[in-house]
Amino acid sequence: MTEPVTFQIQRYRPEVEDEPTWESFGVPCRSEWMILDALNHIKDHVDGSLSYRWACRMGVCGSCGMLVNGEPVLTCATYVTSVLPGPVRVEPLRGFPVMRDLVSDISDFVRKLESVKPWIVRKSEKSLEEGEYLQTPREMGEYEQYSMCINCMLCYSACPIYELEPDFLGPAVIALAQRYNLDSRDEGSEERMDILSRQDGIWCCTFVGECSAVCPKNVDPAGAIQRLKVTSTVHAFKSLLMPWAGR
Amino acid sequence: MDTISHDILVVGGGGAGLRAAIAVSETNPGLSVGIVSKVYPMRSHTVVAEGGAAAVVKPEDSLEAHAYDTISGGDWLCDQDAVEAFVTEAPEEMIRLEHWGCPWSRQPDGHIAVRPFGGMKLERTWYAADKTGFHLLHTLYQTSLKYEGVRNYDEWFVTRLLVDEGRCRGLVAIELASGKPYAMVAGAVIMCTGGAGKVYPFTTNANIKTGDGMALAYRAGVPLKDMEFVQFHPTGLPFTGILITEAARAEGGWLLNKEGYRYLQDYDLGVPNPAPVKRSMELGPRDRLSQAFVKEMERGRTIETPHGHVVHLDIRHLGAKVIDTKLPFVRELCLKYENLDPVKELIPVRPVVHYMMGGVHTDMHGSTPLPGLYAAGEVACVNINGANRLGSNSLTELLVFGARAGRAAAEFVAPGAGSANGAVLAQALDEERRLKAALLDREGSRERVSGLRNEMQAAIDEGAGIYRTAEGLESAISTIQELQERYGDVALDDRSRTFNTELMASLELANLLDVAEAVLHSALSRTESRGAHQRTDHPEREDERLLSHSLAFWTEDDVPRIEYHPVTITRWPPGKRVYGEQAS
Amino acid sequence: MGGPVNPGYTRHHPRWHRRRIPIFWWLEKASYTKFIARELTSLAVGYTALVLMLQVWSLARGPESYDRFVSWLQLRPVVALHIVMLGLLVYHSVTWLSLAPRALVLRFARRRLPGTVVLLMHYAAWLVASAAVLWLLVAG
Repeated sequence: MTEPVTFQIQRYRPEVEDEPTWESFGVPCRSEWMILDALNHIKDHVDGSLSYRWACRMGVCGSCGMLVNGEPVLTCATYVTSVLPGPVRVEPLRGFPVMRDLVSDISDFVRKLESVKPWIVRKSEKSLEEGEYLQTPREMGEYEQYSMCINCMLCYSACPIYELEPDFLGPAVIALAQRYNLDSRDEGSEERMDILSRQDGIWCCTFVGECSAVCPKNVDPAGAIQRLKVTSTVHAFKSLLMPWAGR
Repeated sequence: MDTISHDILVVGGGGAGLRAAIAVSETNPGLSVGIVSKVYPMRSHTVVAEGGAAAVVKPEDSLEAHAYDTISGGDWLCDQDAVEAFVTEAPEEMIRLEHWGCPWSRQPDGHIAVRPFGGMKLERTWYAADKTGFHLLHTLYQTSLKYEGVRNYDEWFVTRLLVDEGRCRGLVAIELASGKPYAMVAGAVIMCTGGAGKVYPFTTNANIKTGDGMALAYRAGVPLKDMEFVQFHPTGLPFTGILITEAARAEGGWLLNKEGYRYLQDYDLGVPNPAPVKRSMELGPRDRLSQAFVKEMERGRTIETPHGHVVHLDIRHLGAKVIDTKLPFVRELCLKYENLDPVKELIPVRPVVHYMMGGVHTDMHGSTPLPGLYAAGEVACVNINGANRLGSNSLTELLVFGARAGRAAAEFVAPGAGSANGAVLAQALDEERRLKAALLDREGSRERVSGLRNEMQAAIDEGAGIYRTAEGLESAISTIQELQERYGDVALDDRSRTFNTELMASLELANLLDVAEAVLHSALSRTESRGAHQRTDHPEREDERLLSHSLAFWTEDDVPRIEYHPVTITRWPPGKRVYGEQAS
Repeated sequence: MGGPVNPGYTRHHPRWHRRRIPIFWWLEKASYTKFIARELTSLAVGYTALVLMLQVWSLARGPESYDRFVSWLQLRPVVALHIVMLGLLVYHSVTWLSLAPRALVLRFARRRLPGTVVLLMHYAAWLVASAAVLWLLVAG
């Protein structure tokens, strides 16, 4: 591209300032560059102190989520040409505390993920000699979509409820719980239901739907949450009206 | 300086690290394990693996066949006792992953499906669509969360191993969030930090693959084995280097030159068949395919693009249905990063650095020569991959050897053994001083991290590419030596303690320089051609002299001492690697 | 299992920055504004329920009370208000129903019903219920 593209990047150095500031950089971009390539150019040639996360650069590790012109995107999968003309605003993900420059603290997600038991729960295990649990392609299709979550946190950034109610479990955590609930090999739906149907679980969601709109892997966490609301309600009525039905 | 103590520390939270941590907890739930990873575990490079993981499952297959394919694929540099253990334990590890929820692709009746893969006589590669590594890693990570004894130190960067009285006692790690170094002491340390593709400029590897564990062990006196064997994967996208999985060829893709001709038939890899033939043509081993590309390029039959020479991968004849079921990620990547649809267009590909067969010297239990230090995964060299790794053996390796290292470390350690004695703490304080003085407080930037890194990458690409010569290697060696000296003058723009990624990049550069040194000296020393190490000045394989592993030992003056260690041969005496029609 | 040394550490970390959420956060993005508009239309539902309760209450108090109520309903500004309320009610119902396919996964003959079918089923149910109410009003 002939003209350098102006990037306005949020900086934050907690040792020296209380509030984030903005810094402008003019970057000579090539047409095949992603936003991440522009950030790397700045770090390598202009200001080595710009801090941000990245690893795989192919949209599968989930490290490089940031807000570009107000939209949560993976910077390794967003072309500079798609956000022209400048200036291009780059900020860290919303909803999480900002540690430094473009780096947010996502440890809240990890803690919440653990709480929904994202592993196969079974009353009795098969031994290894007995081989695999059979699962048809159709059975796998039931949960496959929810297993595609790369934990990029774009959904948390897009969800206004998560920012307003920090105790909310959040879209990705609930989608991952649903991934196990729907897995034919799992028997832990009951256990997870107790955690999920708490006040800060599925019922905190008011179906804004932005999480699914920004998800780069089409996981549809909003759909997962609404389906759980139906399941949870049906389950509640069933246990009320037919408490003897086998748990 | 604050001290943290665990029974066992695992460095790296990828497939091998997570599997090792789980293995420790299963062997002895009373042991406390700390997983120290410079990124959140789900960001580990295991996540980008696409093709699959090999394990014998079909009734007409056999462990011997898997072992033979691996050994011949490795050009007989594999330790056969380790390979035998590997192929034997592979199937149960894969079933275990399935029990933990890994969404392996299935046959219509619900049983595990397997696909053919490069260099394998029979289908034995388990796969999860074409995102096997992603599913494997997430399954392992989510399963690891249920073990009470495992604690995660996410975004903690290890800078040094602590060794006292000939035993590994722990490590020093910086908590990136606060910039604070901690002394972490343990009864045993398991190194699972992956490979070092970022030594090269054009690689499939993520930014985080900087050979940290290799350098840490190397500087602690542990030799690096077979470092000269660097795998060039034949099909990477130009410019980005993003991997296009071997599965595309396993499902029937063709490699075409400028004239649309399946050129591999000219390189002793068989005759072309419309359908894929195992161990033939596009399903040959990776080193031979990459070498064929170089020869094609020399003959002027490759396609020139603004991002270098390429050949074409043609999967159009597979049809949209097969591509969307078996190779959906390939389609996604081509659409996004090359703006083309592989259902209708040819994919430009070229060889790209992908894997390090070499690494920290371990035995088949994951123990290194330094008591208390274990290693597993790409960082380690057992050596089961030999001079050239077969596709889909690596993911299995993470599981088999991650588990082995975990079990070995758990048995080695007496609970509560990790305690800091005076000598260990002194080393840790020394490291803290070094970090402060050498990096954060230095003024006047005469050298930039990125500048040195680019020069290193250019030098090693020139000197240690697919084909090497003594002159090329010597020239690269002197460049690397110069860069090691200039590294002493690096100063950082970033003076903050909070999440200082430039400091991390600088420490990673030091690790890469050490790895580069080991690779180049080992390559210069090996005067033969075997597998992925091809010397135009020594084009033959020389079993009488060099059927041995190279061991590179760190020395004070940055010139490693190279020794040789014999390869263990049990049942398969060295033979000729045969692919194509002759193989059947 | 946990993250950094003290699990409660993050949220109240003095140095890590949490932005102050602007009062008009919902004006920053079209999708947020639409969401708030959708939620606000539930007030119209509440209002309608209130009017219905008033109707029943005034009926219970006798014919004069009911006539007063009806004449109130016929006032010009009240009619205008109720037309607006009807519009909001319809918007509310349509947006509510459009979310139904995301929440309800139905199967027939082991195949998942497409979203539009689920949606049409909801509209059909709405139509039937409305027809039933209309019949009651007209026939009864």
